Amino acid sequence: MADYSMHTVQNNNPIGKIALRWGLYVMLGIFAVFYLMPFFVMLTTSLKSLDEIRTGDLISLPREVTLDAWRTAWSGACTGIQCEGMRPYFWNSMLIAIPGVAISTLLGALNGYVVSQWKFRGANIIFSLMLFGCFIPFQVVLLPMARVLGMMGIAGTIPGLIFVHVIYGLGFTTLFFRNYYVSIPSELTKAAKVDGAGFFRIFWSIFLPLSIPIIVVTVIWQFTQIWNDFLFGVSFSQAGTQPVTVALNNIVNSTTGVKEYNVDMAAAIIAALPTLLVYVVAGKYFVRGLTAGSVKG
Amino acid sequence: MSKILEINNLFKSYGPVEILKDINVSIDQGDFLVLVGPSGCGKSTLLNCIAGLEPITSGNLSIGGQDMTTVSPKDRDIAMVFQSYALYPTMTVAKNITFGMKVRGVDQATQDEKLAYVAQQLQIEPLLKRKPGQLSGGQRQRVAMGRALVRDPKLFLFDEPLSNLDAKLRVEMRTELKALHQRLGASMVYVTHDQIEAMTLATKIVVMKGGIIQQIGTPAEIYNRPANLFVADFMGSPAMNLIPAKAVKNGKGTAIQIERNGNTPIVLSDTKNLDLPEDVILGVRPEDISDASLRANNETQEADCVIEIVEPAGADTFAVMELGGKHVTARLHSETSAKAGETQRLAFDLGKVSYFAPDTGKRLN
Repeated sequence: MADYSMHTVQNNNPIGKIALRWGLYVMLGIFAVFYLMPFFVMLTTSLKSLDEIRTGDLISLPREVTLDAWRTAWSGACTGIQCEGMRPYFWNSMLIAIPGVAISTLLGALNGYVVSQWKFRGANIIFSLMLFGCFIPFQVVLLPMARVLGMMGIAGTIPGLIFVHVIYGLGFTTLFFRNYYVSIPSELTKAAKVDGAGFFRIFWSIFLPLSIPIIVVTVIWQFTQIWNDFLFGVSFSQAGTQPVTVALNNIVNSTTGVKEYNVDMAAAIIAALPTLLVYVVAGKYFVRGLTAGSVKG
Repeated sequence: MSKILEINNLFKSYGPVEILKDINVSIDQGDFLVLVGPSGCGKSTLLNCIAGLEPITSGNLSIGGQDMTTVSPKDRDIAMVFQSYALYPTMTVAKNITFGMKVRGVDQATQDEKLAYVAQQLQIEPLLKRKPGQLSGGQRQRVAMGRALVRDPKLFLFDEPLSNLDAKLRVEMRTELKALHQRLGASMVYVTHDQIEAMTLATKIVVMKGGIIQQIGTPAEIYNRPANLFVADFMGSPAMNLIPAKAVKNGKGTAIQIERNGNTPIVLSDTKNLDLPEDVILGVRPEDISDASLRANNETQEADCVIEIVEPAGADTFAVMELGGKHVTARLHSETSAKAGETQRLAFDLGKVSYFAPDTGKRLN
């Protein structure tokens, strides 16, 4: 396809089109470099020794590549009085994010399925209220949520943080799935009902297989939200259950004396890696899912 | 044999809005019932009520002699074909057809056997492995039918199944559907807004408007003896001419006078000794106004009319004139001598006309 279009373009008006195309690439290249600059600095700094950072240039390549900073960041850097590095907190974040994403996505899919395909009295009001939940600032829910977690006996625990993220994410996940399912003709549900399928059967056999693009969108969205969250993490955790974002903050802020920039940079990259990975793996589905309005069939 | 479908005093409302009012319909085994009416007349809602997809507000409904008023769709022994076909997009054609059996726990061997039979009946064997997105409109239509056929239900329900097809395919599928009905001897309920589909397919037609049944009857009854002005106007193409007229009693019987702009009124005389009020609306099908020289029997009466427009349509030529303040269409022979602006002698077949009351719209004869 691409070859074919290039071919016809060249046939039409070779020089002008090529110049235009190259101009475009150069522009894009400049922007890409501009946006990649901070990451480049982070990466090179993390691979330098402290001496080299102090003597050298910010954007120069490391004279001697060393992974010491990475090792320290991963398993030796101090957060307050403990010196275990990012590792335990990284796993905390995994333990929070994976169930949090899975549960909020599944519940969002079910909610969206109900408000779009099983209309009941007040369905629209409930949906509007859930939508309202998307726009409540984090700060407003902090105190009530702390109280609820306390009453439930899961304050300061990982299940507590999962609970918070699921609740806060439901508004968004419901919105995503509802908007996706609303474009699916209601006749599909009717046909399945006549075929004898029930509520969950229809969801499982017909709606979920249709939902891959929107599931990808929701998973990326929720994973990014939960992984990058700092406020809930710092408010509702205690020593031992803190997520990676809180640990990163502590590492950067609790060094005494010399600032270990290379360790800080390595820690920051470690904290950002999973979201980066999710985008790289599923990014193209993200764009496709956001624009997928209609369902073929 | 009991009625295959019986609906008594069915009402349906959404909140304060009454969608269906006092519906009473029944059909026998092997009937092809068509619900026809303009959009918004409640015909699709009635079909959904029969399917059990919409709860009914009051009244009762039985299928195959069993009360089904509150039974869920899956236990009504029905199959339904939808306007959008509603094929499951992620499943292959074969899976689409067998999904219902799979849900009901039918064993694999029976599923395969029935699938093969239906695929052969509808000639869709080469498509079984494809997804709905890879099919043309007509093919999807067949698959949707297959999904219904495989169930072998007491009652088939069709919700405007042909309206998404192009004109040529629609006519083909209509014929095929009729053949299928004759071959299976199945009972069917079919919703359409297309009165030609209704006439060609039905053994029984229900004409609806505003949630009220206007008339129930065979296609011939509906066509020849419409119960009111709405049915007269809705069924038939071109529509029945509805001409305001005066009924004047004289010694011999009743004379029907039709006013004409700048000309003497046409006077026809009623042959059936009807007791008509003074103001009537005369309903004449276009084919009952014809060339005087080509059609004459003891029911026809002739009059000279000024033709305004001549529309040749191949087999027939339609001539439009103004009578009683209305445009009136006559269906003339294709070799008619009628010309626009000239006078033509036309024969009105009084044996086939209908009379309606202008105020209530009800049929008078």
